[in-house]
Amino acid sequence: MSTPHIPCLRLGKPYVSLSQSSVNDYRDGSEKATLSQVNAGVIRRDILRLNDAKAALNKLSTNELIEISAKAGEFFLKADLPVGVDGTTHSPQEYISTLSSTSGLPHVMVRRNMDKIHFALSNLKLILNGLTRGLDLSVLDNGFGEQAGSPVCFFPTTDALGLVMPSNSPAVNSLWLPSIALKVPIMMKPGRDEPWTPYRLIQAFIAAGCPEEAFGFYPTDHEGAGDILRLCGRALIFGDKSTTDIYAGNPGVQVHGPGFSKILIGEDEIDNWPDYVDLMASSIADNGGRSCVNASAVVVPRFGREIADALGEKLGAINPTSSDDPDAVLSGFANPKMGEWIDSAIEADLHQEGAEDYTAKYREGKRLVQNENGTFLKPSVVYCESFDHPLSNREFLCPYASVVEAPQKDMLRLIGPTLVVTAISNDSSFKKDLLAAPNIERLNLGPISTMKISWDQPHEGNMFEFLYKRRSIGMAA
Amino acid sequence: MSLEEKVKLAAEALDDHAVEMVKWHFSPETGCKFWLEWADKQDWNPLEEIKSFSDISNKFPNFQDEWLRDLPNDVWAPKAYAGRPFNIFETGGTTGMPKQRIGWDDYKIDYTAFSKTLSDEHFPKDHYWMMVGPTGPRRLRLAIEHLANERGCSCYFVDLDPRWVKRLIASKQYDQARAYMDHAIDQALTILKHRSVSALFTTPKLLEAMAERKDLVKAGIKGVFCGGTTMNKQYTRFLCEEVCEDGKIGFVPTYGNTLMGLARHRPFGPENDYSITYHAPQPRAVLRVVNTDTNTPVDYNDWGRVELTTLTKEFFMPRFLERDEAIRREPWEEAPWDGVAEVRPFGAMQKTIVEGVY
Repeated sequence: MSTPHIPCLRLGKPYVSLSQSSVNDYRDGSEKATLSQVNAGVIRRDILRLNDAKAALNKLSTNELIEISAKAGEFFLKADLPVGVDGTTHSPQEYISTLSSTSGLPHVMVRRNMDKIHFALSNLKLILNGLTRGLDLSVLDNGFGEQAGSPVCFFPTTDALGLVMPSNSPAVNSLWLPSIALKVPIMMKPGRDEPWTPYRLIQAFIAAGCPEEAFGFYPTDHEGAGDILRLCGRALIFGDKSTTDIYAGNPGVQVHGPGFSKILIGEDEIDNWPDYVDLMASSIADNGGRSCVNASAVVVPRFGREIADALGEKLGAINPTSSDDPDAVLSGFANPKMGEWIDSAIEADLHQEGAEDYTAKYREGKRLVQNENGTFLKPSVVYCESFDHPLSNREFLCPYASVVEAPQKDMLRLIGPTLVVTAISNDSSFKKDLLAAPNIERLNLGPISTMKISWDQPHEGNMFEFLYKRRSIGMAA
Repeated sequence: MSLEEKVKLAAEALDDHAVEMVKWHFSPETGCKFWLEWADKQDWNPLEEIKSFSDISNKFPNFQDEWLRDLPNDVWAPKAYAGRPFNIFETGGTTGMPKQRIGWDDYKIDYTAFSKTLSDEHFPKDHYWMMVGPTGPRRLRLAIEHLANERGCSCYFVDLDPRWVKRLIASKQYDQARAYMDHAIDQALTILKHRSVSALFTTPKLLEAMAERKDLVKAGIKGVFCGGTTMNKQYTRFLCEEVCEDGKIGFVPTYGNTLMGLARHRPFGPENDYSITYHAPQPRAVLRVVNTDTNTPVDYNDWGRVELTTLTKEFFMPRFLERDEAIRREPWEEAPWDGVAEVRPFGAMQKTIVEGVY
């Protein structure tokens, strides 16, 4: 099979650029696809044509678009879909193995990510019901209606949803999926190593009957990414802290950066800590430890060293395997330098007093593994005496967590901004404090994995409220 | 005449011109202080040993741009021009002292010659032009006005200071850089709204920005003469197909600077994937694409550093290494000497270069 060429999609129309990049197998560098790279001017000109894209989506009702989304979910999961301009298609298995070969995610994790996306597409009605708090969706078609006996009128805040996507996890694409049913076209810069998932999703939508004009897919440079974020009115950006800090406070840009998710155990439950080791381990290591919802710290009032040791024993023995191993736990690094940098950063900070790597004694060899299967980092669980240690509140693109001791009364102050908190406690006063804490995005009360997401509740912002605004309306009788 | 014969004749003309220019600049009766004093310090005599252009390439060291920055302007004035005030033109200078070149008539000679390469269809005579871009102390401002005048046209000007843009971008003040560009575009669109203009000289980025806010074809623009920043193949295609609407506006890319003059392009388009090749105004200026380690031209269709030699009576500048790299291309019927293609900042593939909006 020849190497496919993935074009840019200019409001649905394939466009082959004269500037092209390669998407390569992270292990041997072999070329898996070439990718059209477009200059920012192409994007700016297409943004001027967004009215056509909106008009195409507006021809369909929200309910029709929900049905199309569900059909797209089936196609995404099961169908052979176009992957290039030359008629090449990918079966689901080809998609899995190709994405795995360029991103480092083992097949089993790609499959799980596919299932998540499929679930989101199949359950869009439920998701929109949650996000709109039960709004009759015909209100979006008519522009006005009633909710709980009151007149309501919603208008879109933007002509398009801009997306600057990452390469680390396919399931992040599920965040933009409601946009189509909400009749807002997308303008996307895909991640450099991960054009596969968004391109496959777009092809699934088109095959399911969605107007192609709704999809802008623009592999581009920094200028192009900046223009997507600046000109789309509403946009999502994914990236590390240095990237996301630039857009913090910009109401038009929803920032998805590190999550610093945590598990907190209260005074009343800490003696039962052995019961929660499996929950802690899976929260740390599922999906290769790459997600913002992976736990990166376990905060406890005491038994910190014992918990770190138990997690170290459970996770320390995990070794990298081949990408098609159904039991694979670790992801390879598409960029080996990233793995090397993380390893050296952890090592450097371990030299500072007050921290101990409890995985080290259970680990065979070093944390960093470089072999014919790629570059990997074995799990790390680090006990920190306090939140003053630089490793206490860190997030890395691998299974990494600190175990930190802190009095229960100080926990909420010390943890800082946190995407997901799983709080294990029956103390009603502590629960009350948790429910009132403004620095927690998602709160799990009780032993629930930090990885568990509720699709019908906001994740780092409510997509409906991001894309629509309510205004008051009066109508003459 | 075959291309081969044309190449041979052009090479002979270059050799004759090179010898004549060296005689001019290194003779006490006509030469300038800088080169006469420089020659005194050498163990060889340019007047005797330069017998061809290749002698210049082999015997002179690379021209140092600090000489244009640090030395007083008058050391460069050939004796033959004594008593005539000179223009002082600047290049670069984002921080500190800029490079300065003095001149009298060179820009007129260069741009008069260039005018002959423009078509009347896209650059109609006896009308109005507008330049939107760096004016200030640059040769370009006078040169463009001369070029317009040469074609019976008058020219409007909107200034943009590239030194300020570079400082804004280097300090990550992107909003300010954008606001400054918008300020320039506002002025240009005001002129287009109230005056009839058929030809534009501007930079690719400013051209794009203008076209995003106004239909340039409907505004009466027939030709765009463009230079200043890198135009890779995709970008050139985009400018031709979308900004200039597939030939409705004639698109004339150029490569040039204060030290060289103006290089013309040879035909390009979908047939060669929009790869632009420029040819220097030889024999007044010579562009080589060289391997700087060996001081030899790279093979045709290979990348190398762009080296400029300027050979006019006003200015002699041997082997100046431009901050650009390019692909060496074979001679062309209308300019039967080497061309430089797909010019981009030297090291562009290795690092981010601040080029900004101009």
